[in-house]
Amino acid sequence: MAKTIVLERKPLSFSERTYLPQIATGLKTTFSNMFKPKVTLQYPEEKPHIPNNYRGVPTLVKDPNGREKCVSCQLCEFVCPPKAIRITPGSVPEDQEQREHVEKAPQEFEINMLRCIYCGYCQEVCPEEAIFLQDQYSSSGYSREEMINNKQKLYELGGTLPDRHYKWDKKKQAEVHGNTH
Amino acid sequence: MTFDWMPDTLWFSVLLKVFYALMMIGAVMTMAGYSVLAERKVSAWMQGRVGPNRTVLPFVESIPFFGPFLKGLGIFQPLADGLKFLFKEEIVPGHVNKFYYYLAPLVALVPALTTMTVLPFGQIYWEDGSVTTLALADLEVGILFVFAVSSLGVYGIALAGWSSNNKYSFLGGIRSSAQMISYELAMGLSLLPVFLWVAAPGVSSSGLSISGIANAQEGAAWLFIVQPLSALIFLIALFAETNRLPFDMPESETDLVGGFHTEYGSFKFGIFFVAEYAHIVIGSALFTLLFLGGWHFLPFMNDPWPENWIGSLIGVGWFLCKTIFLIFFFIWIRWTLPRFRYDQVMHLGWTKLLPIALANLIVYIVIVTILDGSF
Amino acid sequence: MSTVDILFWIFATLSVGGGLSMVLSRHPVSAAMFMIISLVGVAALFVLLESFFLAVLQVLVYAGAVMVLFLFIIMLLDVGPGASKINFSNWKTGLIGFGASCLLIFLLSALLSPGEDTLSFGQSWTVINNSTAPAPVDALVFSTDISAFGYALMTKYMLPVQISGFLLLAAMIGVIILSKRSGTPSSNS
Repeated sequence: MAKTIVLERKPLSFSERTYLPQIATGLKTTFSNMFKPKVTLQYPEEKPHIPNNYRGVPTLVKDPNGREKCVSCQLCEFVCPPKAIRITPGSVPEDQEQREHVEKAPQEFEINMLRCIYCGYCQEVCPEEAIFLQDQYSSSGYSREEMINNKQKLYELGGTLPDRHYKWDKKKQAEVHGNTH
Repeated sequence: MTFDWMPDTLWFSVLLKVFYALMMIGAVMTMAGYSVLAERKVSAWMQGRVGPNRTVLPFVESIPFFGPFLKGLGIFQPLADGLKFLFKEEIVPGHVNKFYYYLAPLVALVPALTTMTVLPFGQIYWEDGSVTTLALADLEVGILFVFAVSSLGVYGIALAGWSSNNKYSFLGGIRSSAQMISYELAMGLSLLPVFLWVAAPGVSSSGLSISGIANAQEGAAWLFIVQPLSALIFLIALFAETNRLPFDMPESETDLVGGFHTEYGSFKFGIFFVAEYAHIVIGSALFTLLFLGGWHFLPFMNDPWPENWIGSLIGVGWFLCKTIFLIFFFIWIRWTLPRFRYDQVMHLGWTKLLPIALANLIVYIVIVTILDGSF
Repeated sequence: MSTVDILFWIFATLSVGGGLSMVLSRHPVSAAMFMIISLVGVAALFVLLESFFLAVLQVLVYAGAVMVLFLFIIMLLDVGPGASKINFSNWKTGLIGFGASCLLIFLLSALLSPGEDTLSFGQSWTVINNSTAPAPVDALVFSTDISAFGYALMTKYMLPVQISGFLLLAAMIGVIILSKRSGTPSSNS
């Protein structure tokens, strides 16, 4: 238990009761503050420092080989609390047939930024590490339609992130070596 | 002031007066606009911010070094603010008393601008050695005129509060009128010793003229030094009369939303705003004239400038410098002190300032009587 | 007509019209505003008589302080239109009002009828600006000088000043005693 110290409250002296010395002290403080360096950030020109674990706008990322990582499992759509994500599943396009084992890819992937609450559950739940909340924090538009990020926009925002696992490459290798699963 | 080449007709003299009046209004309104900018800038600096620094006219920005400097100071911000008030949507709530609702801003602004007619701001030294005070009308009862007209300003606020038909506005208006009445007394009483001091024995027509007081401080002690208590009481009452923090009861935004101007928007609010700052400009000028020597150089020193038109200009400039410092002081106080509670304001006015002002008056009556040797 | 005459008619109309509208207006706030207009008009008339000091005092005391209190009370009590109990259609009230105004007009005309030492309209006082020395008591001349006011108040009119001051003090004490409820301790002011 914290020790309680009872401070004796002295009666105010005459100069203290006029408040004038106190006002003078206050004036001195505010005056000296005028010459201290300013802390203002000139926003559109100067951007604030964004920490690594910042939860910005959710984006879709590609792996270093330029392949899309999302397999349209729809887990994020399922977990999303405000139901901001809508995925139309589709098959992997013809020119990416080398990605064996990957059976599906999103035909359309929409995140409604008017609904999104930036909770980061989608990123947490994604088994493919395909969706990330990155450092974008400013999204604006003139209409409601504009505020829905489609797949193309999401990939533009997301870019490419380094991959630690190359999960599907390993699976393919394993299949080549003959021990699938 | 008349010159030889001027036609001596009534219409011409009226036109000349109107021209002078418009110039004076222009000067005071410009100062009011720039005190708004000063308020924003100084408050920003005191809080570690930079304040408005974006507004600029297109062709000014292209001037190499000077343009960005002006932009950084926000010199063009008052222009943008004024235009903003002008072009905002005009909203009139449905439940107001329309006539008084529209009348109130004008009633607030007109006294603020009328008081400046008697404010002297310098001297002209003529070639024949005579001296004319620069003022629209250098009345003998100047200071009383200022008090009388500025006491009419309270109607603007009271009417605004009442006609808005809103509890917050109403409370603001009521507080304002109570506060004005309370502090006018202390203000008037604090000035009586000043006039006593300035009136030399035997001079029957000392009068109540402001320029007389300003001139009495030339080469002598400023009245601020002679009568610090009067100056202090006058300053406090001035803060209360101009509704500045720590006495901004009529619009204390923490408890009354916006006070008397809660229901006002666009240009009508702009007029209230300008009136408030015009009051500050005129109050600062008045304090300068009464206690800080007006356009005279420093206490105990004669004016170092020559007695010709250069001297006149420097005198006016020096007067403006002092006034601007006082405006800065108003702003400085605002961003230093918190607001009083309403009962504290009344308590201070009636039970502290008024008795002190009375005691001050009596003490100076005794002192002046002894100094004059006329007891 | 000179400029002063034109100004006189403007301000006279303003003050009389303001007074009439004050009596006739139904809303108390409007009535108060009309009264302020009337008072300011009278102050302007004082200015036309070159009596600046009186004009300023008129505005300062009546328009600036007394009427603020009036307005304050009207607003605080929230007196709406129709609060007045006078019914103009009542013939008794009308008769009394008519008689009173007739009497007033008669008295005014009797008092203001041009005698030997009263001023006829258009003639103005000669303003004596005695600025060198205070006038002696027995020869108080009309002057708009403030010091002349002060001098007259402190010499010739000393007794009236003291009596009115005493009356005001008595009124103030009376108000304090009346507004103080008997029996209740004065805890809150």
